[in-house]
Amino acid sequence: MDVNEIKSQFPIFSKKINGKSLVYLDSSNSSQKPISVINRLNNFYKNEFSNIGRSIHSLAVNATNKFEETRVSVKNFINAKFKEEIIFTKNATEAINLVATTFGQQNIKEGDEIIITELEHHSNYVPWHFLRENKKAIIKFAPINNDGDIIIEELQKLVTSKTKIIAVTHLSNVTGTIVPIKEIVEIARKKNIPVLVDGCQSAPHIKIDVLDLDCDFYAFSGHKVYGPTGVGILYAKRKWLEKLPPYIGGGAMISEVKKNKITYAPLPEKYEAGTMPTAEVITFNESIKFMESIGINNLMKHEKEITDYALEKLKKINSVKIIGNPKNKAGVISFTIKGIHPHDIATILDEDGVAIRAGHHCCQIFHEKMNLTATARASIGVYNTKDDIDILCKAIKNCQKIFDLK
Amino acid sequence: MDLKELYQDIILEHGKSPRNLGKCEGYNHDAKGYNPLCGDKVHIYLKLDNKKKVESLTFEGEGCAISLASASIMTELVNGKSFDEAKDIMSSFLNMIKNTSEIKSNHLDDDQKTKLMSLSGVKQFPMRVKCATLSWHTFVSALEGKKKEVNTEQID
Repeated sequence: MDVNEIKSQFPIFSKKINGKSLVYLDSSNSSQKPISVINRLNNFYKNEFSNIGRSIHSLAVNATNKFEETRVSVKNFINAKFKEEIIFTKNATEAINLVATTFGQQNIKEGDEIIITELEHHSNYVPWHFLRENKKAIIKFAPINNDGDIIIEELQKLVTSKTKIIAVTHLSNVTGTIVPIKEIVEIARKKNIPVLVDGCQSAPHIKIDVLDLDCDFYAFSGHKVYGPTGVGILYAKRKWLEKLPPYIGGGAMISEVKKNKITYAPLPEKYEAGTMPTAEVITFNESIKFMESIGINNLMKHEKEITDYALEKLKKINSVKIIGNPKNKAGVISFTIKGIHPHDIATILDEDGVAIRAGHHCCQIFHEKMNLTATARASIGVYNTKDDIDILCKAIKNCQKIFDLK
Repeated sequence: MDLKELYQDIILEHGKSPRNLGKCEGYNHDAKGYNPLCGDKVHIYLKLDNKKKVESLTFEGEGCAISLASASIMTELVNGKSFDEAKDIMSSFLNMIKNTSEIKSNHLDDDQKTKLMSLSGVKQFPMRVKCATLSWHTFVSALEGKKKEVNTEQID
């Protein structure tokens, strides 16, 4: 894989930020977009725009076909069995809310238990908290160790006859921990408990195979996979989508509407009410093509090389502490520098054109567990180079110079 | 944007060694402030005497250099001021951050105004303005005896 050729596909890298070349290390937050994706969105609005599924004119037929083509691409991308198992939402957060709400409505009653973990992003905690508030469900947190790995034996101990669902991230957005989903699914299967996987961070970086994982639900966002904002994906086993009630009501999700009776549309429309982000979903197909043009194995190999290089270089800088040391780690590196608050780090790095994130990264449970209020986070995308890491390290040293810490 | 404007020596120095840190003895007002975006926290402890004069003002907190320096400088400048003077200093500080390029309060001398102006660098960094204002809003909350925690996302 030629990283410079890949980088040249992203117009943003030819722009100057604060007079400097951009070193973008915030891909866990959202990725930059290749020109093919930008052009697709532009072209759709310019030459092909129509809403889908309603009208029968040529533009509508074309848009509907293209929209469904993305669904098939997503199905293949994550190796799902049926295209009806792919539901488009506005983001992964909405996808998880869809499951929590509909599953909760049908299957959760007072005293029932939901297992999540201390690694979860707020978007895989708050939707379940609503069930704690509204249905008096109990949320149990599977603990992590200091390395940032979920202690699987402890998770297993939390399972009881009242456990109704296990919701867990595939890849931590703080420590980069790659979670052994298959082990968790195996535990859940023994008791017939469904498993939801938050795949936001994994979808852009590791191979996703929902059949192999055998999870019941898998959620991710298009904008982290080099795609446009406004596209979330929920994969759910067909049996669940058929069984669960609809989520948002309105046009397109109905079959027949009478004054005294409404029937719902078949899958996947049952879960896609109202006008969808048509242009964005159609554009997302280009993002998948972009990922496929690189090949997931090449991409993983490249990102591992950059991550290992970054870890090695960062560890050599005095007072830099890397948070977590998981068994399997992807390119998400959270760190602290003694004597400098992460927000000061982020501001100073930004002046050198280095974009990182600082804060709790929507993981307050994790930070509290680790006794941290905030961390700085450098996260790697397919376009990052060893040069980017060198500039990051130089900027960190500049930071220490400003704060007179060497 | 200029980093040196933001991280002036006085800011770095106060950030590293904040003054008036901890709980002051016999405090009769206190308030908590929180910035949910970054997790910065401040707890203001205030002792007003029977004429509503600030007898002592201290704070506990976690945060960036800007937020710690701002709290530290505030405690220095507001100590010994009357209720109305303290409120006037607070509003002229916030006015400087938001609108003007000077501190208009009559209750500070020129050296004190210069010290306060060292925080003006945040004006060029919109994401950092709340770091500088959190402790001030929290102080007013303590002064006015409000019970609710100050949240930077619910104030200007």
